Amino acid sequence: MASLLNLLYQCGDSFAFLVLSALGLAVIFGMMGVINLAHGEFIMCGAMVTVSVARLGLPLPVAIACGALVAGVIGIVLERLVIRHLYGRPLDSIVATWGISLIATQGTLILVGSSLPGVGTPFTSVSLGGNSYPVYRLLLIAVAVALLGALYLLFNVTRYGTVARATIALPHMAEALGVDTGRVYSLTFGLGAALAGLTGGLYAPTMTIVPTMGGTFLMEAFATVVIGGTDVFIGTAPAAAVLGVVKALATSWEGQLIGQVALLVAVIAMVRVLPRGVSGWLLQERG
Amino acid sequence: MAEVPHRNRLLAAVLLAAGILAAPAAHAADPIKLGVLEDQSGDFALATIGKVHGIQLAAKEINASGGIAGRPIQLVIYDTQSDNTRYQQFMRRVLQRDKVDVVFAGFSSASREAYRPIVDQLNGLAFYNNQYEGGVCDSHVIVTGAVPEQQFSTLIPWMMQKFGKNVYTIAADYNFGQISAEWVRNIVKQQGGHMVGEEFIPLGVSQFSQTIQNIQKAHPDILMTLLVGTAQASYYGQAHAAGLQVPMGSSVNVGQGYEHKRFPPPTLANMYVTTNYIEEVDTPASKAFLGRWHAMFPHEPYVNQEAENSYAALYLYKQMVERAHGSTKRDDLRAVIAKGDVCLDAPEGRMCIDPKSQHTSHTIYLAKVNADHSISFPKVWPDIKPYWLGDNGCDLTKSDPHTQYTPSSPPPKG
Repeated sequence: MASLLNLLYQCGDSFAFLVLSALGLAVIFGMMGVINLAHGEFIMCGAMVTVSVARLGLPLPVAIACGALVAGVIGIVLERLVIRHLYGRPLDSIVATWGISLIATQGTLILVGSSLPGVGTPFTSVSLGGNSYPVYRLLLIAVAVALLGALYLLFNVTRYGTVARATIALPHMAEALGVDTGRVYSLTFGLGAALAGLTGGLYAPTMTIVPTMGGTFLMEAFATVVIGGTDVFIGTAPAAAVLGVVKALATSWEGQLIGQVALLVAVIAMVRVLPRGVSGWLLQERG
Repeated sequence: MAEVPHRNRLLAAVLLAAGILAAPAAHAADPIKLGVLEDQSGDFALATIGKVHGIQLAAKEINASGGIAGRPIQLVIYDTQSDNTRYQQFMRRVLQRDKVDVVFAGFSSASREAYRPIVDQLNGLAFYNNQYEGGVCDSHVIVTGAVPEQQFSTLIPWMMQKFGKNVYTIAADYNFGQISAEWVRNIVKQQGGHMVGEEFIPLGVSQFSQTIQNIQKAHPDILMTLLVGTAQASYYGQAHAAGLQVPMGSSVNVGQGYEHKRFPPPTLANMYVTTNYIEEVDTPASKAFLGRWHAMFPHEPYVNQEAENSYAALYLYKQMVERAHGSTKRDDLRAVIAKGDVCLDAPEGRMCIDPKSQHTSHTIYLAKVNADHSISFPKVWPDIKPYWLGDNGCDLTKSDPHTQYTPSSPPPKG
């Protein structure tokens, strides 16, 4: 019983990390077709802003919101300055965002220094069956699920969601109907960046805050998006669930190294079987 | 070609003459060139920027007081970006193009093993100013960092006596972590203890939920944390949040990554580290050193053991060159080392180079991280020698195997 609970917690913990790592990347890739290699740096930006604001004495949720906001605003500015000129040129946008990522990492090292002091993880842990579970990490699992729900509502219920989906599906038709597609692209890129910033803020209390920290999210983020395909809801979420279970099982069986190996093997196997990702496969099935 | 045409012969003669005139006469005031290859960016930068500053501080002091044997020190600094291939590229560059007299290089053991064959091949001389897993028996390398027999054979018996005999190790999964874990295993066994678990973590991993649960299940008395890099340092906060409160021992934390300054207390409470220097060392020599350091680098976040090693290494080099009558040739310097009395009163205390292994003896401080993250020193061991290589048959004064040995693959007998 206790070990089942353990496994469940480990799967949930991996799932939350994969979903939160991937969401921002998935939104930008799925909605705009841009592969954003600066994704990790938006995460780092969110984390740095979060700890800086939290150390000013503001409560952690406010600090995390600030982190997401700043990352989102930087995302919108970058979209206007750089990304906008590279739509329909996926390879060029990879190079450009990679360049942004290098500049951001090194610029942060020079301007901010090699690390920022952390803020410490809030809450304690609950004990169940001889094991203790940190409350904050349980909260992260809940936040990951809630965030998926909120995004679903955003894209399916609000006006922005309708306009955004129209823009993605048929940009010229949307324009003809009076939609300011440029603005939609800006907002969508900003949303992706803000989600990355939010992830950084959420994980900031559990990690060391250094300029290279974004890199530790990248592998998981890309693995999830590659497996998931272009649709955030029927792609990213199931992909994260599958990979989360694989990673948790392998890690609890034989340690961290095998966990990482299993994750990558699962990615290779799934790309071979489902070249268009989980969402591509599901959409095909639906017709 | 049978014969050089007349006109060309004339030209050749002119060129030759110009060459002779321009050839640098070995002048006394020519600078001694010191190559510095350290990570100033990337995952290791946090622990290694201070090493560059330590070398700059020592060079400034030595140049201000007349240089080495009357020659000023000129630093040739490259940023190796925490990337092993950069070490290889820049090691070739400093030895072949910049033609430096000596190189101070390397943080991770992976980077050292990446550049060491190049130093051997190009007949250079490198100082590795970093604590590591020990065992390098190579006349081209002088090690000023501490090694396991200095850090573990002091720390582990002390901790086992105080806390108990069940030990769990988590270590970074590369040569440093693997070999260090082997040392831990051997010493625990010698002392009559048990290993209740061991896990190797790939570099760059930052999520530790499963590892923490495994440790909780094994109920160790002591947890050895041999984690490396800023990503792996996320372990401490996560373990603390999970309520894991096992006394921790380490040879790398605090003394390298100053985690007690970076993480909010009491994340690191109850951690014990053996180190040959950290800025909290409360001796007059250490205080004076820190004063000079902060005068030159007022915003230095922390002066760690590798920073002090790097600073002291330049003074050791100065002494060797001056005792070799100004020669920077490796053989002349090694003849000085062979005398066995190349010693220095460093900020940590006295350190001496052992001729057999070209490693350095140290004062070892047992640093305890308190609940408020202040540091106390429950024990200090003066003059701990790097004996393992010499006792097991590495003798660089007699042979030069260019090899790294480990407890499970020691030097060949006889």
